[in-house]
Amino acid sequence: MNDNNVSSKRRSLLKGAAGAAGLAATGILHAPAVIAQPARLKVGLMLPYTGTYAALGNAITNAFKLYIAEKGGKVGGREIEYVVLDDESEPAKGVDNANRIVNRDKVDVLVGTVHSGVQAGMVKVSRESGVLSIIPNAGFGAATGQLCAPNIFRSSFSNWQTIHPLGKVMMEKGHKSCVWISWKYAAGEEMFGGFKEGYEKVGGKIVKEMWLPFPNVEFQALLTEIAAAKPDAVACFFAGGGAVKFVKDYDAAGLKGKIPLYGNGFVTDGTLQAQGSSAQGLLTTLHYADGLEFPKDKTFRLAYAKAYKLQPDVYAVQGYDAAQMLDVGLSAAKGDIKAQKQIVAAIEKATIDSPRGRFTISRAHNPVQDIYLRQVVGESNKFVGIAWKNLSDPARGCSMA
Amino acid sequence: MAMHDAQPRALALVLVIGLAGLAVFPIFGADEKFYMQFLAKVMVMAIFAMSLDLLIGYGGLVSLGHAMYFGLAGYTLMSLTPEYEGASLWISLAAALGVCALAALVVGLLVLRTSGIYFIMVTLAFAQMAYYVVHDSKYLGGSDGKYVYVKPVLSFFGWQPFSLDKLAAFYYVILGTLAGVYFLLRLLLASPFGHVLVGIKANEHRMRSLGFPTFSYKLVAFVIAGVLAGLAGYLAAALDGLVNPELLSWHQSGQALMMVILGGMGTPAGPILGAGALKLLELLLTSWTKHWQLLLGLFIVLVVLVFPNGLASLFGKRKRGGAEHG
Amino acid sequence: MDPAIFLIQLLNSLQYGLLLFLVASGLTLIFGIMGIINLAHGSFYMIGAYLAFSLTAAVGNFWLALFLGVLLSVALGLALEWLLIQRLYHRDHLYQVLLTYGLILIFEEARSLIWGDDVHGVQVPEFLNFSIPLTETLSYQVYRVVMSGICLLLAAAMYFLIQRTRLGMMIRAGATNREMVQALGINIGLLYRLVFALGIALAAFAGMLGSPISSVYPGMGNQVLIVSFVVVVIGGIGSVRGALVAALLIGIADTFGKVLVPQIAGMTAYLLMAAVLLWRPEGLFKRA
Repeated sequence: MNDNNVSSKRRSLLKGAAGAAGLAATGILHAPAVIAQPARLKVGLMLPYTGTYAALGNAITNAFKLYIAEKGGKVGGREIEYVVLDDESEPAKGVDNANRIVNRDKVDVLVGTVHSGVQAGMVKVSRESGVLSIIPNAGFGAATGQLCAPNIFRSSFSNWQTIHPLGKVMMEKGHKSCVWISWKYAAGEEMFGGFKEGYEKVGGKIVKEMWLPFPNVEFQALLTEIAAAKPDAVACFFAGGGAVKFVKDYDAAGLKGKIPLYGNGFVTDGTLQAQGSSAQGLLTTLHYADGLEFPKDKTFRLAYAKAYKLQPDVYAVQGYDAAQMLDVGLSAAKGDIKAQKQIVAAIEKATIDSPRGRFTISRAHNPVQDIYLRQVVGESNKFVGIAWKNLSDPARGCSMA
Repeated sequence: MAMHDAQPRALALVLVIGLAGLAVFPIFGADEKFYMQFLAKVMVMAIFAMSLDLLIGYGGLVSLGHAMYFGLAGYTLMSLTPEYEGASLWISLAAALGVCALAALVVGLLVLRTSGIYFIMVTLAFAQMAYYVVHDSKYLGGSDGKYVYVKPVLSFFGWQPFSLDKLAAFYYVILGTLAGVYFLLRLLLASPFGHVLVGIKANEHRMRSLGFPTFSYKLVAFVIAGVLAGLAGYLAAALDGLVNPELLSWHQSGQALMMVILGGMGTPAGPILGAGALKLLELLLTSWTKHWQLLLGLFIVLVVLVFPNGLASLFGKRKRGGAEHG
Repeated sequence: MDPAIFLIQLLNSLQYGLLLFLVASGLTLIFGIMGIINLAHGSFYMIGAYLAFSLTAAVGNFWLALFLGVLLSVALGLALEWLLIQRLYHRDHLYQVLLTYGLILIFEEARSLIWGDDVHGVQVPEFLNFSIPLTETLSYQVYRVVMSGICLLLAAAMYFLIQRTRLGMMIRAGATNREMVQALGINIGLLYRLVFALGIALAAFAGMLGSPISSVYPGMGNQVLIVSFVVVVIGGIGSVRGALVAALLIGIADTFGKVLVPQIAGMTAYLLMAAVLLWRPEGLFKRA
């Protein structure tokens, strides 16, 4: 992020991004300064800008702003103004921060966040206040399950969704039994649930579950166990620094050539530079991949790289699509944020032309999307095929589904 | 309420003005839901910090596991709250405080055998164990935590004077609790018990040779502090409507510790001042810049270098430790 | 457990324990000798890892990067002691806690400003980048063995420095009686500055040495901070020997905890600490 306005109430995107050389270069800043009749639409971005997930928060923010800038700084005829808040990925402050951005800064739309624990607090505030909310990452199942609500959408994935197809993939490769390994925390358990369901349905057998205390990264003891158990394959979920270390340790322990490793895409996303040769050839499933031949993906990548001098990742795609979803809804309501029914109905009906491929929105408000099989080649997660076409989260416990 | 001679007048004045300001705020700011909630949270943290100061400032017992009781009370409330109706305030509060008292008694019996830095670390150890129990327990909501769906219901034999769903009502309940805890602690410290506690901090050996069962005194203080922390935790969980394991984390304990030291330990108003200053500063800095942590860090370093006895020392000189207290 | 697997797990414990020792030794020195509680110790571990990442990329040689990194961290340690820490010697421990907590925030943000928030990796030096097969399926990374060797060497060097040299004698004396040492005409201020720099350099060195296997990421310091404190406390504050024993114990508890009692794996280190302290309230090796 080039500008560092965190919660300036008055700054519009245009002013805020004036310092952003990248955006200026695209020429979109020269939109005529119209005197807009309606007040600006306040978009709250409550995301992590410090701590472990800061890179994700920045990618989402960048791409969201990119889309809005492409639309001349307006959606549904209304100029956008940002209120940005660092949630620190600190669940203890989740409710306080969500309250602050909704009840003090009075945002019209709430976008966020990455960390599921913080999301739990945000969902609560969203439900109570009724503010239109779009989740650009956190895959925590309940947000579009038990706690689903008409005003809450997600532009990313549910934990279940990203890994459910993996079992089928592994079975097709002939791995009839496997060991599961992940961190012992809510996301890890949700991923496990999704994987187990998919794998056992096609006759796979999980011979052993291994859980590491979160966020411990000493894998050696469990790798030794895996080597002793000699399963057909290993399925895993880790992310960030832990994913880097796990993949490197797995390789260094000599397991890589002998017991194939699978996981969902978070194991190899944003981590490939750090993982180096250890990650080469790994197969993972996710709702985005490198080398998707969609025109939308190409233009998105070009525009993002040009604006921010960075390659976009899956998190950027999710941020971009959050903005697209907002655009669809608000355009249908001609910029009237109060017409929430109309907005919701429009998003529910929409087909979003995402860089990841077109997707629709389920009745629980989660994307119904293709999950891709990808393989690590160099520093990219190359598209191999579609692991599951139009996969929809089961949305268990959601009264709208 | 104001003129305690042990406390500098300026500080007492600040306290009175502050409390009065808190009391009238809802009249003007009732529409400002965020600020109401923010101040309510500050007061809850102030209660939490005061409970810790009883240990640190008066008993000389630096605990880095105090959040354990804060969190346990919240989780007790969550467990007792059905999905569609509120738990009875009296029953759930009594249960929460009871759980905290019991936990503090058991932990206290073990940890009070150690002292100094070892005490810091064993209290941390027990809190971390409690943290992992909650974090790894599916029934308690695991790492994502769980909602307290409905606020507790306050009723006297079936008569409900007001509903805690009304933020203003809840706000005053918290304000009343804050004032209550403050006076309770002042009473406690002015009592013979308080004198012995302060004496133990100054010289435990002497107190023991004078015939005081120092261990029992420390244990009682430890349990009281645990119960008061639980009171704060109960209010926090009811206010947020959500509990998660971070309530028991060492960061939470550390934050309370920061508030106590920042405000001035061993001064009755110090923790309140510290809680207010830290929360307010965070609010201002996060509103202002993305690099707020850098500024907060610099501020903390400066306070240590410039105000050797915490912010309370801004309002007049006073010997630290509260030995002359009461 | 298969005896071969048992031995391998023991090796894993040893390797983890030794790296822990390296981080914790600096902490116990600063703590025991200077009486300073340094919460920012984990931050220096993180800074070390990031330095290894940048310097390796800049100079192209991991070992040269290590050397330069140590020089830089010594300089940082000296500067910090001169600027801040020396003002804390006569203050209550709690102000040290507060100040060094402030430092954590500052260093984390500085890290974000200098290096950004991405995850990075450091390449294992080419000639060590291979593994020895132990069983049919399992190999052991040679770099890990070398790393353990370096940790052992450092432990021996520290023992020698403290027990057998004049500097060590002054350090030991300074820890017990500051005034007397001063009266003997030893510049205690300088001595403390050196000890602080040494402690910081040890933490940073641990971060650098571990970087090829641990990867480099935001917040990595917080993870080692608490466990290093646990090591220091179990071992007995100020005791380097105690830190070594405690680190190995934690290594064993962590490794076997994960395998044998995975339900409570997160707690094993704390359980161990609580048990030790209830048995010996001042740690295993009380400072002589």
